[in-house]
Amino acid sequence: MTSQISVAPPRPRAERAAPRTKHSPLKRRISAAGWGFVLPFFIGFVLLVVVPVGYSIYLSLYRNQLIGGNHFVGFANYLQAFTDADFWSGVLRVSLFLVVQVPIMLALALICALAIDSGRLHGKSFFRIVLFLPYAVPGVVAVLMWGFMYNPRAGLTGALGHLLGFTIDPISTQWVLPAIGNIVTWEFLGYNMLIFYAALSTVPRELYEAAAIDGAGAFRTIFSVKLPALRGSIVIATIFSIIGSFQLFNEPNILRTTALGIIPTNFTPNLYAYTLSFSGNQVNYAATVAIIMGVFTAVIAYVVQLRGSRKDA
Amino acid sequence: MTELTRRMPQAPHRPRRSVVLTIVMALLLVYTLVPLAWLVISATKSNSDLVNTFGFAFGHFNLFANVADVFTYEGGVYGRWLINTLIYVVVGAGAATVLATLGGYGLAKYDFPGKKAVFAIILGAIAVPGTALAVPTFLLFSKVGLTNTMWAVILPSAISPFGLYLMWVFASDAIPTELMEAARVDGSGELRTFRTISLRLLAPGIVTVALFAIVATWNNYFLPLIMLNDPKLYPLTLGLQQWNAETVGVGAKPVFSLVTTGSLLAVIPIVAAFLLLQRYWQSGLSAGSVKQ
Repeated sequence: MTSQISVAPPRPRAERAAPRTKHSPLKRRISAAGWGFVLPFFIGFVLLVVVPVGYSIYLSLYRNQLIGGNHFVGFANYLQAFTDADFWSGVLRVSLFLVVQVPIMLALALICALAIDSGRLHGKSFFRIVLFLPYAVPGVVAVLMWGFMYNPRAGLTGALGHLLGFTIDPISTQWVLPAIGNIVTWEFLGYNMLIFYAALSTVPRELYEAAAIDGAGAFRTIFSVKLPALRGSIVIATIFSIIGSFQLFNEPNILRTTALGIIPTNFTPNLYAYTLSFSGNQVNYAATVAIIMGVFTAVIAYVVQLRGSRKDA
Repeated sequence: MTELTRRMPQAPHRPRRSVVLTIVMALLLVYTLVPLAWLVISATKSNSDLVNTFGFAFGHFNLFANVADVFTYEGGVYGRWLINTLIYVVVGAGAATVLATLGGYGLAKYDFPGKKAVFAIILGAIAVPGTALAVPTFLLFSKVGLTNTMWAVILPSAISPFGLYLMWVFASDAIPTELMEAARVDGSGELRTFRTISLRLLAPGIVTVALFAIVATWNNYFLPLIMLNDPKLYPLTLGLQQWNAETVGVGAKPVFSLVTTGSLLAVIPIVAAFLLLQRYWQSGLSAGSVKQ
């Protein structure tokens, strides 16, 4: 759970289990072996994911005050968050980001995947690998590069501005969110393309032949065969991106260091929680903010999952 | 792997190459490559050229002096960061790969009581955002004295639910259940079956999981940012960010060339790994990945 690659909820697959024979030695042996393989991961998972989440919930129900020390306050922290304008402005900002950046990025990724899969490109494996490259570039480096290029004096935008006759400064209060959106799009376009491409390559070729025999053109094939086949991976990519947007932290935090005063500490909820706990010493409230965002993310991801997997295709 | 073989004999009618499509895609390619080209060009320039020449024009060729500067600045701390990153990657991503491989294999190929519960717990915790985890993990680690040590970065990196998921899907397809049953009839123990039969069949999946774990660890920023105070323990990402921060504010040092050259050097190994291993991870992804 460390970085941008978040996790798709795996679906339980149909289990091809042997017929149940009660307490046979073989069955016991298989159970033991299964647990044996899973246990190392599971122990780590409990210690490093379940326990911290539990501790976070615990923290969110307490408050540490000068008088009275650490004491139980019930949902007071949550009530405070619900009326906290600093928190909500961050939520609004990442929601705006989500609604604009994610569709643009996923649409571009989809176009790339379809184009590469269509076989109508010169040098398709070259395209595939190059478009994917930014994913391997550390986010810090990506932001540093774009930060330099956004520089109105020495960077690319300055030169572009000269050429076009007007200048916009990407690192300004007005433009910094689109500027970050561009960086995130650059970083994850190829990754999402690869997810779509991998799904497309599992479509049986006979389906295309059948479509061609039925007289379907390229676009008809895309809409009737390819997009339905991509449904599952579009849902997953969307969920990844929602989680990524709500967790937006690295890009604004790195830009902050050189763009003094442009990005406030509550720019995103994640940045807000970070500032609260590490500069503001309000760990309880920070835990509350983090949990609220976790619940938001889970609910929205769940809704996308439900809508996406409706069997009406 | 079946998908790949099915794909190999291309459909009998080869679609015409489209020039328009190639041009549109070329534009996206330019978008992808422009920042990287900028980085490569900038790494060859001196500090004054970086500020005074156009970003995409070469200046006086200064790459080797820059590289030397990167490795000697502040007593060679960059080399230290590089070694730290390697330690985090080898131990953290290595452990993540091993745990995910074993766990994914166990979940895919064995039926055991409590499997559904394990599934539900992992599924439920997956949507938890990084900060919800990072802050309490930091507090818990500080109670046991783990903060500001390498373990603070390594331990959380070792758990990769995404890797577990990839491995789970991959293992269900790659290993025929009949093969395991046959091995069992022949008297092979489960661990031996895993070592001698399954491991080989899982190889492309393992490479894929390893690569994604390596990228996640190599590029990790948030976790070390929270856990580490001592610059001697920093990975490259945090170190570069620190140099970048030195270029602004009171007492700013013009170390732009260190930031750009250091960034380029931090990118090269990971990109090289992806390019060299692409045959494996591309098949691992399309076989195991995201089909539902």
